[in-house]
Amino acid sequence: MSTILEFLAFLWKRKKYWLFPVSIVLLLIGGILAFAQGSVLAPFIYTLF
Amino acid sequence: MKVLGISAFYHDSAAALVDGSRVLAAAQEERFTRVKHDASFPKEAIEFCLSSSGLNLKDLDAVVFYEKPFLKFERILETYLAFAPHGFSAFRKSFPLWITEKLFQKKTLTENLSNLCSFDPGSKLLFTEHHASHCASAYLPSPFEKAAIVTLDGVGEWATTVIAEGKGKQITPLKEIHFPHSLGLLYSALTYYLGFVVNSGEYKVMGLAPYGEPIYRDKFLDIIDVKEDGSFRLNQKFFDYCTGLKMVNKRFERHFGQPARTAESEIQKFHVDVAASLQAVTEEVVSKIVMFAYKQTGQKNLCLAGGVALNCVANGKLLATSPFENIWVQPAAGDAGGALGAALLASHDHESVSKHVGTADAMKGSFLGPEYGRDEILRQLESSGAMFEELQEDKLITKTASVLAHGKIVGWMNGKMEFGPRALGSRSILADPRSPDMQKNLNLKIKQRESFRPFAPAVLQEDQASYFELESESPYMLFVSQVRGEHLTKVSSDRSAFAGLGSISDVRSTVPAVTHIDNSARIQTVLPTTNPKFHTLLKKFKEITGLGMLINTSFNVRGEPIVATPEDAYRCFMNTELDYLVIGNFLLDKKKQPTPVFGETKRSFPLD
Repeated sequence: MSTILEFLAFLWKRKKYWLFPVSIVLLLIGGILAFAQGSVLAPFIYTLF
Repeated sequence: MKVLGISAFYHDSAAALVDGSRVLAAAQEERFTRVKHDASFPKEAIEFCLSSSGLNLKDLDAVVFYEKPFLKFERILETYLAFAPHGFSAFRKSFPLWITEKLFQKKTLTENLSNLCSFDPGSKLLFTEHHASHCASAYLPSPFEKAAIVTLDGVGEWATTVIAEGKGKQITPLKEIHFPHSLGLLYSALTYYLGFVVNSGEYKVMGLAPYGEPIYRDKFLDIIDVKEDGSFRLNQKFFDYCTGLKMVNKRFERHFGQPARTAESEIQKFHVDVAASLQAVTEEVVSKIVMFAYKQTGQKNLCLAGGVALNCVANGKLLATSPFENIWVQPAAGDAGGALGAALLASHDHESVSKHVGTADAMKGSFLGPEYGRDEILRQLESSGAMFEELQEDKLITKTASVLAHGKIVGWMNGKMEFGPRALGSRSILADPRSPDMQKNLNLKIKQRESFRPFAPAVLQEDQASYFELESESPYMLFVSQVRGEHLTKVSSDRSAFAGLGSISDVRSTVPAVTHIDNSARIQTVLPTTNPKFHTLLKKFKEITGLGMLINTSFNVRGEPIVATPEDAYRCFMNTELDYLVIGNFLLDKKKQPTPVFGETKRSFPLD
């Protein structure tokens, strides 16, 4: 949780306020996906992800 | 000011240790774990860096990671949003990885460092931006007091291309090009399209290019819009990397008229022409960017880093055509070098540290990795069951030069391992470049790779000018130049008709095994200052043959990281058709070895 808060503080510092609600929603969806998948696999392509 | 730099978690994990402006040690994790492009936390590389310098993590003033995970995550969030609702499949696969692992890299780093020696880095753990690390790796170890800096790669956080200026130890960014517009990603996209592995096969595309004609250049200009100042935009309609798990999409395939090549399938004229066109466009863009950097800074020196800076063909053309008087390229220009750049950036932040300036750079020939003393070599050879003899150095050199002159192929391991992707005479396979069949034989019998892959000449510093048109030194094998006309021979085959990759067997010069189809060569200048034993070997070879030049290729097979230990070298020796192996002052003759020693299949590494 501290990392998530740190990330939100980072967005605040960079004045990317509009990313706040989006981040929270995406983090929740991502969390559900991670939980549902059980394990995560790195996509094969470059360092984009 | 002792600082450890770390690159990890994407590809080419590495560690580098610096003390002020002095580079103490550096190594890639893949060499220890034997996993090519290993992305894991570089535990063994860190342990090597510390132990070789007699230091402990607690002795360090800082530990620096080569990029900023939060900034990267911000880019990923914004990219998904920009393309939504497209890209859900990519989001579904990659986002869980971020929120379970990658977002927590600070914690991961702290835990791993703590596990190494109960060390909590706390506030000593720093993060730099990806391209700031590349800029620092390009400029701070260079011999220049002032220089323009250009870094080009796939992508770090946001930046894909950076132009900066270095004055003293100060680096000032001047211009950036941001994701998704990336020359490195364009090259990687075409690597994928041509059936090679992304982030590994880019060398192959560069190697294929001279066999083709750039007839698809105009098609590329529909994809990349390049302005006169070198700024460019990629038309995202042709790419899949922002929203999918592939590099290019169906529209890209329709644009070029053929589907992506299947890996290991036959390479046709179309493929080599696409590679040639890509190379031409890459050179054009790089040239414009460099010209802009020259106009912006007015400097006479240029420093390059980032994966695109490993394109030695483009580098050679820059050297020949750009207005810069001197060009220096970081030998570990890819992400492994980011570890070094991050460490140097932090160490130069201290007021007592000034930038390295001199006639030579601070890389020590890039011989920054582990070395093995006589006793350790002996122990490893004995435990491997090897048959060997130990010789005085002068006798060893004479014997090695003699067998090379008789067409034998030698594995050569000597001194500290190279940092970066090139073998520079410490972990090399050596052979006689005069043999017309050597390129094909080396590729197929020793390296177990595609026959078109070119080989590089390692040439005595004093003999370089008589064989090649390159005027400056190229100690890191990062510049391509033409073979001098007096050494070229007339080729009977007609280049206008595609002769297939069979044209590699054409004898183009007096050193055909290192002369590419376009009469160029990727040169390594061997200096007596940084590599005395290898230089002596070349001199002895010249005494016997009249030629101060050898083929120098990395000591590995396809898909294998370059050998690190004597045991790795012996294993590779036994699994290939190498004739002799030299480790330190030990000489091994294949004919005298017991077989098989390791009981391995000939191929034990996955193809790259």
